[in-house]
Amino acid sequence: MDDWREAQEVLVMDGGIKVPYSWSAGETGTTYLESLRDDKKFLGTRCPECGIVYHIPRRNCPDCFSECAEWVELGSSGELVTYTITRKHHPQLSPLKGVFGYAVIKLDGADTGFVHLISEFDESQLAKGARVEAVFAGEREGSILDVRYFRPVKAVS
Amino acid sequence: MEPVAIVGVGMTKFERDRVRDTFGDLVFEACTRALDDAGMTIDDIDIVLTGSNDFFDGRTISSMAIMDACGSYDKNVSTVEGDGTFGAAHAVMRVLAGWGTCLYCAHHKGSESVMPLITNAMFDPIYERFLGIDSVTSAALQARAYMDRYGVTEEQCAQVSVKNHGNAFKNPYAQLPLQLTIEDVLASPYVADPIKLLDCCPISDGASAVVIAGAQRAKALDAKPAWVKGIGYNCDAYHLGDRDLSKVDALQAASKTAYAQAGISDPAKEVDLAEVHDTFTYLELMAIEGLGLCRMGEAGEFTAFGNTAQDGRLPVNASGGCISSNPVLVAGLNSIIECALQIRGDAGEHQVDGVKTAVAQGVNGPCGQSQCVWVLGGDE
Amino acid sequence: MGAKKVGIVGVGMTVQRSTRRDVSGVELINEAVRAALDDSGMTRKDIDAIVIGNMDHFEGINYVDTWSVDGSGALGKPIMKMTTGGTTGSTVAMGAYYHVASGMFDRVLAIGWEKNSESDTTGAIITAFDPFWDRPTFGGAVAGLALEATQYMAETGATEEDAAYVAVRDRKNAINNPFAHLRMESNIEAIMSTPYLAWPVKLGDMCPRTDGACAVVFASEDIAGDFPNVPAWVHGVADRHLWGYTSDPYVNQHVKGGTWFPAMERATRELYDKVGITDPLEQFDVAELYLPYSFAGLRYMESLGFCERAGGPALVRSGDTDMGGKCPVNPSGGVLSSNAIGATGLLRVAEVALQVQGRAGDRQVPGAKLGLATGFGGCYWSDELVIGKEKPEKARG
Repeated sequence: MDDWREAQEVLVMDGGIKVPYSWSAGETGTTYLESLRDDKKFLGTRCPECGIVYHIPRRNCPDCFSECAEWVELGSSGELVTYTITRKHHPQLSPLKGVFGYAVIKLDGADTGFVHLISEFDESQLAKGARVEAVFAGEREGSILDVRYFRPVKAVS
Repeated sequence: MEPVAIVGVGMTKFERDRVRDTFGDLVFEACTRALDDAGMTIDDIDIVLTGSNDFFDGRTISSMAIMDACGSYDKNVSTVEGDGTFGAAHAVMRVLAGWGTCLYCAHHKGSESVMPLITNAMFDPIYERFLGIDSVTSAALQARAYMDRYGVTEEQCAQVSVKNHGNAFKNPYAQLPLQLTIEDVLASPYVADPIKLLDCCPISDGASAVVIAGAQRAKALDAKPAWVKGIGYNCDAYHLGDRDLSKVDALQAASKTAYAQAGISDPAKEVDLAEVHDTFTYLELMAIEGLGLCRMGEAGEFTAFGNTAQDGRLPVNASGGCISSNPVLVAGLNSIIECALQIRGDAGEHQVDGVKTAVAQGVNGPCGQSQCVWVLGGDE
Repeated sequence: MGAKKVGIVGVGMTVQRSTRRDVSGVELINEAVRAALDDSGMTRKDIDAIVIGNMDHFEGINYVDTWSVDGSGALGKPIMKMTTGGTTGSTVAMGAYYHVASGMFDRVLAIGWEKNSESDTTGAIITAFDPFWDRPTFGGAVAGLALEATQYMAETGATEEDAAYVAVRDRKNAINNPFAHLRMESNIEAIMSTPYLAWPVKLGDMCPRTDGACAVVFASEDIAGDFPNVPAWVHGVADRHLWGYTSDPYVNQHVKGGTWFPAMERATRELYDKVGITDPLEQFDVAELYLPYSFAGLRYMESLGFCERAGGPALVRSGDTDMGGKCPVNPSGGVLSSNAIGATGLLRVAEVALQVQGRAGDRQVPGAKLGLATGFGGCYWSDELVIGKEKPEKARG
């Protein structure tokens, strides 16, 4: 009775979702990104109750819900909290050519880490606690990619 | 909690590409099996709940694709967008609130989409998405943090792959039974250090369904109940740098709630079997610890001693786990189903003897951010 | 059975605007959540569980429940996402209701939100429909509604002017609602002069695209006395999501006298039976109805039992649904004034709650005791809730 199913060669339709987006960074995000673009400076916000300096900056503290309106200037260097080297990555998702990886980095002055890219490294330099510094793009537009990546800080000999 | 039971289960075979089946076909298959298993027809179902994800399905209102297939016609119906453990938890809520029986199903077709692009979409568009991070690279960050903290080795993680792919031979629904050695896993290419190809779950297609009933209806049926003893779920911080990725805070909080409801004070002794979220090998080790089945940092050794093997003291992922079949949000539902089958004595070739208390775990979000734990038992 | 009775003890909503560029989506959610917590006399710590919803493709975020933790208050808490398209807001309300009715949680925060400004709404909505059978020809939500309107006019003799009355009514009501998006005094001629989008639906007949968020606190009867506001009690909920393909709703309707809106009629029948409604126009003091476009304000009234078949135009023209009438519809301005989709259905619930609590300010219906809130979406799906001032005798789903 269902023999016709057996003989069936199914059709497959290729397609994709075509929805353009324009995400608002909001006032807090805009201040942060403009600081990267214009001053090459990282900013965090401090919770007045908890005292935590959030980087990525937060408009409100996720824990006590206080408004975090105080900006704190952070260093452009920090330490690796964790990291990975990307070996096999979807081309549409690869922001850099050549060898790169991801890391959670705690910038000097911040109480939280954030995710960014690492590049220009020797594998032996990657370890928890290793010092890394930001490398900014020459042309910046107010995006997280205004920071091209982080690289290990060269030890002063 | 009032007594509520799983009275019917149904799964489709999980495969890399079920090209012949639409979402509706898969859901219909799973729901029909669950109803048959319960000895019920769709008319015996009072309310329906579905689980799907708009991104994976490429459809906003993804539940619409299966409204016909899930038997919701002229019944109250709703949708949880998240792992099956969360969806089934809501199904339990509906039964506790007075609906006699609830049919809950979840579906996924990884073959129809591009996984990295979809998991990349979990990440915030302003701060993280355009870095290109996805589920694998974020998992690698967590694996490194966990392994650094406790000195866990890649060999210890590899054990999970060997064990679970091997277990899959005894599960007719599993996608990837593989005969592996630790050397095979270690030799597989790195995707993102320290995660290698054989540390990763596959892309899968499939659907599952359960029928949940209150005690009165459960007893009136011919079905074999697996009783819901406890459910807990909990969510950690979102930005990866806000969390200590080597810790399992959300899982521990979820477990605490579930165990308290189930009256379990010493899970390492009282739990007979667990089905956990092992989409990456290191996650099984973290899960075993987070569920309190062994001490923190010791899951690698615990596994090496054979405790979690199918014939071990506390089998983990006797079904083959997510590393053998990962239909994403269906995965947690499969864990629940596997626990139910074990308790009922219906797990066939991979049946473990004497399972009275079993634990299932499911996850939403990157790096196990949001966790749900179920305790199922043989007694009411 | 141990089902708990459930009360709404606090609500919060953002101002609904076409574009909220000043905040990210997470921050928008936080605004509504803080307002709801303040209104309930709660802090974040008091929340037992959260249910959140929006339509994924409108903001392009996968796993919104885990993404929005900073704003929703979900840090270290149980949270799940529920979404069913246009009905999302009411689905979230019903979901939160069941979280509490089950006895599993005492205080549950429901959040519905949408930032429509961040995407191409029609482009996103089209993805709701089947890629093989519907998407290639589907013209977006407006075209689908236009089919319904055409059929209604053909069978009942209703006119475009009748529908325009609904839009005039709702947007005028919105003047009393400081949170609403489109607030304006207009008239039927003004609506009639707006351009056609898909005949007979004109720009003025349609809901706007809005950014907004709403949060509602549902509490168990066990602790409902602990809050500053007297609870608004949920008397009953019901839904039907019958169809999956765009042509399905018309299956029965080529038959003269066949049902208009099967999902709504069946959900209504179940709900009214459970709650004891036999004459909605008389028994309800207020109704916040999800009318995605003006013609719905005629047609759906029939499916909700407010009048006989084809009686929609006469009902709205009688003034019975105006402020001061027997059962004012959409004192808040409704969806024709503000449509942040994930929030919209939840706002209907929030508004009815405020009404029966006597806290609806300038838009208050004096003495309101019992109200109907509905959600609409998907492929002609219907969610319905009855909310009242008195505590119900029985807890009913």
